Amino acid sequence: MSRYFKAKIINNLPLNSKNHLLSIEPLEQVINPEPGQFYMIEVGNSYDPLLKRPFSYFRKTEEGIQFLYTIKGKGTSLMKDFKQGRIININGPLGTGYPKPEKGYTPLLVAGGIGIASIFSLTETFAKKALILYGARNKDEIFVLNELKALTDELIISTDDGSLGEKGTVIDVLNDFLTRQSSLATRHLLYACGPKPMLEAISKIATDNGIKGYVSLEENMACGFGACLGCAVKTINGYKRVCKEGPVFSMEEIIW
Amino acid sequence: MDIKGYVRKGRYFRWKKLYGRGMDLAVNIGHLKLKNPVMTASGTFGYGEEYSEFVELNMLGAVVIKGISLKPMEGNPSPRICETPCGMLNSIGLQNIGLKRFLKEKLPYLKKFDTRLIVNILGNTPQEYVKLSKSLDDVSVDGIELNVSCPNVKKGGIILGTNKKALARLISKIRQSVKKAIVITKLSPNVSNIQEFSKIAEDAGSDAVSLINTIPGMAIDIETWKPKLANITGGLSGPAIKPIAVRMVWEAHNAVKIPIIGIGGIMNAEDAIEFMLAGATAIEVGTANFVNPKATIEIINGIEAYLKKRDMLDVKELIGGLNATESHNNLND
Repeated sequence: MSRYFKAKIINNLPLNSKNHLLSIEPLEQVINPEPGQFYMIEVGNSYDPLLKRPFSYFRKTEEGIQFLYTIKGKGTSLMKDFKQGRIININGPLGTGYPKPEKGYTPLLVAGGIGIASIFSLTETFAKKALILYGARNKDEIFVLNELKALTDELIISTDDGSLGEKGTVIDVLNDFLTRQSSLATRHLLYACGPKPMLEAISKIATDNGIKGYVSLEENMACGFGACLGCAVKTINGYKRVCKEGPVFSMEEIIW
Repeated sequence: MDIKGYVRKGRYFRWKKLYGRGMDLAVNIGHLKLKNPVMTASGTFGYGEEYSEFVELNMLGAVVIKGISLKPMEGNPSPRICETPCGMLNSIGLQNIGLKRFLKEKLPYLKKFDTRLIVNILGNTPQEYVKLSKSLDDVSVDGIELNVSCPNVKKGGIILGTNKKALARLISKIRQSVKKAIVITKLSPNVSNIQEFSKIAEDAGSDAVSLINTIPGMAIDIETWKPKLANITGGLSGPAIKPIAVRMVWEAHNAVKIPIIGIGGIMNAEDAIEFMLAGATAIEVGTANFVNPKATIEIINGIEAYLKKRDMLDVKELIGGLNATESHNNLND
C-alpha cells in the first residue's frame, strides 16, 4: 500500500458554474483516509502547471473517493476538463486530520464555502451528535444539503444573500448561536474549515467565549508530504507544516 | 539481441557483462564511489525519512540532506512558495533543526542505509562552516556540500559564493579541517562566469562542484499588486531552469578536471543523461521529488534502460560525451 498511486477518473460533475465533484477510483491498494486528511492531485500532463494540487478528502461512495473543488486558477481550470477514464497520479491520504472526539463535549462543526468538503468527512464520525453551521455566498453554493440533513438533527444554513437559510455569514450564525447557549457554550468543541479570514474570526470568537476547537488550514504547498517546507504556518511552537502536522491545528496554536 | 545474437557476433563476453553481471552504473566523486549517479538535491529531500515510504533509499547513489546550520533556523514567513511556468519559486529560508539535533535525531536513522550520505551545510561565517564540516566529518558522513549559493538568506549563502577571494579562503579552510569526507562546493548560477568560480573551487581543494542552485526570481499578483512570496524574491527551480543549468555544467566541464554534479530541473532519465553528456559525473534531483516522490528511482531505472538500449556497459561513457562538432534537434517533430 502506498500513498502514491494511480487512479482512474470515474466522473467529474459540474455542480454549478464553478464547482465540481470529482470521483476517482484507485488502481492499486490504498490507505484509508481519516477525516480532515487531503490528497495531492496531478492536474495536467505537462510541466505547466508543474505541481500537484491539494484537495480535502470529502467522502467515499460506490463511485470511489470524492473531492469537491472550486475552479480558481490554472490547475483547477485543467481539472474541470478531466474526462472519465483518464488515469492520473495522486498522493495521499496526507497530513494529520481531525482528532478523535472528546467525551463530554458537543461537536460544533462550522463550514464556510468549499470548506464543507473537509467538514463533511467528519460528520460520520460524530453520527448524529454534531451540530453543523454551514455558510456560503448563495444557495447555488450550498452542497450535499440532503446528506447533511440526514447526518444531523441540527443544521443551520446561512447564505450571504439570504437565498437559502439565514441571511448573513456563518460567523454571524455562530455568534448568535453561542449567545443563545450562554453558559453552556463552553461545552462545545469547534471544528472549522473555510477561508482563512473566517477561521481567524472563529478562533477569536472561540477564545473570547472560552471554547476549544480545531481549524483546518490551507497553504501553498509543493510536495504535500513534509519535504519542501513550503506550507509552513506560524504557531506558538514555531513554524509547523500544514501538510504534515496539519492541515488540522488546535485553534489556540495558530498565530494569525 | 538475445544471447545467440551476441555469440554469433563474437560478443559473448560483452553480453555476459551486460546481463550476467549487471551493468556498471557506479561513478566516482573524488575518492567516494557512488553506486549510481543519482543523488537528491539538498532542500528537496528533507532528512531522508520524509521519502522512506516512497523510495528505497538503499537504491540511491547518494542522499544529500537539507542545509544544516550550527544553530536551528526557523525560516522565512509564508507564503514561501509559488508556482511559475514550468517551475516554482521558493524562499524557505533554510529552515532546519541545527547541527546538534541533526546529529542526535536524524543521523542514526540515515546511517542505517546503504547509500552515500552527504550533508549540505550553511554558516553565517567561515568559522561556522569549518565547525560544521569538522563535526560532520567526525561522525563519518561521506561528503559535505557547501551551500555558498542560497539566495534566500542574508548571511553566508550567495554572499560567499559570489565573492572570489572569500570563496577560495573558505574552501581551503574547510579542506584542511576535513579528513575523510569529500567536499563539494555548490555553486550559484548568479555569477558572470561560472568557469572562474569552478576553477576557484578546484584550486582551493574542493573534490567536486555541484551546480546550479536556484536562480533568484520573483512573481507578482497583478490583482493585489503584491509579491507572491512574503520574502518578495525567491529561488527559481524546476524544468524552467534546465537549459541554463546544462549550459553551466558544460562550461564548468570545459574549465575544471574535478567531477561536476549537475542540478537544475531534472525531471526524468532523459534530463539526467543530458546533464551527463554535458559533463556531469553525477546529478541531483530536486523539484521533481515534490512532483513525483519516486522520481529518483524512475531516473535510475531510466538511465539503465537507456544504456541497455544503446548496448552500453558503463554509465561513465556518458560523462562529457557531447559531440559539439555537429548539431541535431527535431523542433518540428
